[in-house]
Amino acid sequence: MSDLDVRITDTTLRDGSHAMSHRFTEEQVRATVRALDDAGVPVVEVSHGDGLGGSSFNWGFSLVDERRLIAAAAEEARHARIAVLLLPGVGTLDDLRAAADSGALIARLATHCTEADIAIQHFGIARDLGLETVGFLMLSHSVPPDALAAQARIMVDAGAQCVYVVDSAGALILGEAADRVAALVAEVGGEAQVGYHGHQNLSLGVANSVLAYEAGARQVDGSTRGLGAGAGNAPTEVLATVLERLGVRTGISVPLMLDAAEDVVAGYLRRHPVIDRGSIAMGYAGVYSSFLLHADVAAERYRVSAYDILMEAGRRSAVGGQEDMLIEIAAALAAERGDDAAPVEAGRA
Amino acid sequence: MAVCTPGAPMSKATAAIVGSGNIGSDLLKKLLRSELVEPRYMVGIDPGSDGLRRAREAGVETTAEGVDWLLGLADPPQLVFEATSAGAHQANAPRYEQAGMQVVDLTPAAVGPFVVPVVNLEEHRDAPNVNMVTCGGQATIPIVAAVRRVAPVRYAEIVASIASRSAGPGTRANIDEFTETTSRAIESVGGAERGKAIVILNPAEPPLIMRDTVFCAIPPDADRERVTESIHRTVREVQAYVPGYRLTAEPQFDDPREGWDGSARVAVFLEVEGNGDYLPRYAGNLDIMTAAAARVGELLAAGRLEVARG
Repeated sequence: MSDLDVRITDTTLRDGSHAMSHRFTEEQVRATVRALDDAGVPVVEVSHGDGLGGSSFNWGFSLVDERRLIAAAAEEARHARIAVLLLPGVGTLDDLRAAADSGALIARLATHCTEADIAIQHFGIARDLGLETVGFLMLSHSVPPDALAAQARIMVDAGAQCVYVVDSAGALILGEAADRVAALVAEVGGEAQVGYHGHQNLSLGVANSVLAYEAGARQVDGSTRGLGAGAGNAPTEVLATVLERLGVRTGISVPLMLDAAEDVVAGYLRRHPVIDRGSIAMGYAGVYSSFLLHADVAAERYRVSAYDILMEAGRRSAVGGQEDMLIEIAAALAAERGDDAAPVEAGRA
Repeated sequence: MAVCTPGAPMSKATAAIVGSGNIGSDLLKKLLRSELVEPRYMVGIDPGSDGLRRAREAGVETTAEGVDWLLGLADPPQLVFEATSAGAHQANAPRYEQAGMQVVDLTPAAVGPFVVPVVNLEEHRDAPNVNMVTCGGQATIPIVAAVRRVAPVRYAEIVASIASRSAGPGTRANIDEFTETTSRAIESVGGAERGKAIVILNPAEPPLIMRDTVFCAIPPDADRERVTESIHRTVREVQAYVPGYRLTAEPQFDDPREGWDGSARVAVFLEVEGNGDYLPRYAGNLDIMTAAAARVGELLAAGRLEVARG
């Protein structure tokens, strides 16, 4: 770590799980970890998109049990450390223990950006398990910098060694990202690192990450080919290239990282994340990025507009995890249109 | 066995509420309206507690000396409602049992069997101690059981979304207790082969009313009309004690999809608006606990009074 200016965590195998509808195979995971490890990526995150225990009707079932994927990733990694994500309320401490048994070394514990205290217990247990700890404040755009810093303080007091500003909606614009990182550095900088996780919904994932670095962030997330929720994440290969040009040491080899992106990840991705109507709407309305594909499914099922579903989710102040609300919104929009979706469906049985 | 049979009982079952916080205070308001349960005592540990003061003003005998006081009474109550914490209840439970008090436990201690009034109370009428599961369990397990009455449920999953402000310090400090307890009860009470519970806290202002979604994996050829009918019937039954419990959409059926192992799915969307007795209306999650506990207390009381009448 001492020879790096910023540590990049590649979340292709976690945030990218959304874009893969949580259908990663063990072979894809092994190949991805090998390529990222070869390229010098220091941390690789592996979990269901919604974290440990996320396999569900609400978010989609994992094709392969995530413990098997974590164990496979740990086997392949020679230098990279394997991280897992856990959202208290979704995954449990037993899931965390199982992940540690499978070879995970870093626990990233995520809460909505006003609810840090629900993770206090998890930070304690993660530290007891000997895991490195990272706090993840989701939908960070939705509160001002000082309020976010107060939540980071709760996480650090509970045992977080780094706290991330997480732009889950891809809604932060330049200075808004930098201000939040600076507020966290001012609050916890002496005791913990600060990180930044950017999405591309408004195309600013990389630019915000650079500003975050300049504001003091020492951990930054990327995803290979941008594979991730919404319009995807800040692409790891772009981050590595830009930071190298800026003279910021990431430890990542740009040519090998480009190989990982082109030769491995591009070969299996189901849907290349793009900046489109739905993802821009999310950045604009501040909606959790992983709602995108669920809104698309509901839109098709109920023959309504995904854009309308997402804007309504924003209006109802949905937070991360409330994908169930999208079906209800779609059914309501269909009902408003006048055709009664439910009885038709029931009759069809 | 109906509670409101003609010739209502002459006297009420006597009860104590242990715990003078939000839950105890809301429960007291509900029990004060009961025709079957008389909340005679409220037990706290803080003489300055607002809850105890309010109880006194309502004519209830109170103490700040904890359960020792209650157990020393010459005329102990027949029912005890425990609204403290899991740890406190673990310690108190054997003492209540020894004193012959029947316990309705609102904490996550789960010393006694889980009960959900419209699903399985009959089985546990004589249990010395019954546990109220969780708020999410009280809201969703009736629906799982309603589906299960018509079709096998291989897997049931619930998503409970509650207002941040209504999630108390106990819930926040141990959120796994909610998900794990609810998951177990989805199986053991709801009848699903496998259960999963997810809880989401939403900080929106003004606070959002509690929402619950129930997903059940059912056979593709399950009789969807009968499932829908069973869900509607159950919702009406729960509404008898939780007036703010309602569907926000018709049950939604989906044919099998990738990853569902050949099962079809029914999704049920619920909203629980509180009665606004002591707690605010958005806190449907707390209201459904106190309302269900009051209901259980009444049903236990009705059983006791029947026995007493011979």
